[in-house]
Amino acid sequence: MKILLAAVFMTLVFLADGYPSFLLLIVFSVTAACVAGRPLGRSVKGLRPFLFITLFTVAVNAVVVSGISQDGSGCFSSVIREGVVLSIQIVLRLFLLLTGASLLTSTTTPVSLMDGLEALLKPLKRFRVPVHEAATVMAMALRFIPVLLEEAEKIYQAQASRSAVFDSGNPLKRAGRCVPVLVPLFVGAFRRADELAMAMESRCYRGSGGRTRMRRLSFSRADGLCAAAMLALTAAFACIEYAM
Amino acid sequence: MLSIHLENLSYCYQRGTPFEKAALRDITLRIEPGTFLGIAGRSGSGKTTLLRHLNGLLRPTSGRIAFDGLPVDTHGARALIRRVGLVFQRPEDQLFEETVYKDIAFGLSGTGLGPEETADRVREALNAVGLGEEFLERSPFGLSGGQKRRVAIAGVLVMNPAVLVLDEPAAGLDPVGCREILDHIGRLRRDRGVTVVLATHDMEEIARYAGKVVVLKGGNIAVEGTPREVFTDVDALESAGLEPPRITRLMMRLKDALPEIDDGISTVEEAAEEIKKVYRGKGCGWRRHDTRHAHGQICSRQFDSSPVGPEDEDTAGGRLYDACISC
Repeated sequence: MKILLAAVFMTLVFLADGYPSFLLLIVFSVTAACVAGRPLGRSVKGLRPFLFITLFTVAVNAVVVSGISQDGSGCFSSVIREGVVLSIQIVLRLFLLLTGASLLTSTTTPVSLMDGLEALLKPLKRFRVPVHEAATVMAMALRFIPVLLEEAEKIYQAQASRSAVFDSGNPLKRAGRCVPVLVPLFVGAFRRADELAMAMESRCYRGSGGRTRMRRLSFSRADGLCAAAMLALTAAFACIEYAM
Repeated sequence: MLSIHLENLSYCYQRGTPFEKAALRDITLRIEPGTFLGIAGRSGSGKTTLLRHLNGLLRPTSGRIAFDGLPVDTHGARALIRRVGLVFQRPEDQLFEETVYKDIAFGLSGTGLGPEETADRVREALNAVGLGEEFLERSPFGLSGGQKRRVAIAGVLVMNPAVLVLDEPAAGLDPVGCREILDHIGRLRRDRGVTVVLATHDMEEIARYAGKVVVLKGGNIAVEGTPREVFTDVDALESAGLEPPRITRLMMRLKDALPEIDDGISTVEEAAEEIKKVYRGKGCGWRRHDTRHAHGQICSRQFDSSPVGPEDEDTAGGRLYDACISC
């Protein structure tokens, strides 16, 4: 359910155009974050790594957009402004997407996320798509991102202690210098995957056939409320975007 | 030679976030050249964090760390890394080259050493960890766990560090492999005067090798001193989640029966000497009391005293006999 709502939200984010609708979306995501009890500051912080990308898009937009519309207006400063406006929109869009996504992942455990995904994709089973397995694989991939990050950090430090250099030389050389980190990381990842498979097998995991669930997903009142809120948002959004 | 002085050093992980966690608090410590320092503490007590400061990988959140009296930046972070060799936990996870030779030589890349000198250094390092030259051309991934770990340690030794810092180098190895690796490290200290800092939660290792011990508890220094001083401070040790070595515990229980025995002993060899000494000093009069029967009984397998019959096994004797059996 949450997945669907998040998907709707993200579609809206992409459709949004013009300030009023952005304002609406921001207000909505802020209230949603407050209701869920997640401080918004964290998602703002999560945006930090994107700062570079953002600046880059701003720069590119300023140049590219001005290039396109130069013949139209002729006035240089207004053209730049147009580019900047566009890039601000992109930044907002990114921010909203991240907030939406982090709201989903920070309020839902990977297990229920996986169950939800599986339920959503159930129709595909008709076409012999191994839905359960795919969902499991995805959930595991999600679960292992932080593990691998931590591992990479550790190996990085260990190699630095063997006087490895990572931050000098031309890009090609630099890429070569990642080898001491990447090789152990991959070796470790394969070993971990092997161990995980062994552990699952020893707990008699056999894929989809006739598995029962400890927690069944059910449509609760909160879900209904959320859906209603999202419906209202969509309606308001449609009004702003197309009626005005 | 390199001395490392830590002054009121503190370190926080994830500073400024809700996850902020103080890993080290107000550590003051002097590591003089040529010492063998044991850092003990249970998991999560800050051992690893402390070690990563010793070669400049981590910078203190507050307080100072000085190498020969100078801060990290005066030495240059890279130069320091070469002088303080840090062996991580499970170092075998960082091997990556095709051959053992290349992997060990990795630490020398960029030093401007010629191929011959490099080969010499690699051989020397390999010998120092007790592996033969037949390993040089093998793939590190085909070795056993203990061999991999030795190769990884050699990869740090090859830089000829003045200080060798090891993070649980013997964890997960079989007793013989563990003893061998530590013996090689002890030899390095004796032969080359390398300063050794060894983090572990195994008190037997510390008893055997260290000249000085620091016990960490929740990021603070709980006790500090010679192994003898630290091991006899049982309360402090136990509050830090550790126990004195088994032989020290046995000697402490023996002391209940024989007040003149020295219980600040941490190796089996010392204990044997001490028991012999007490036994000889007593002459033949020792059989007159029950508690001394106990002594005779415990030592009957080691010394030529006739075993005491089972009818004497009550009172303190029986208890101490149990203590001996359980050790």
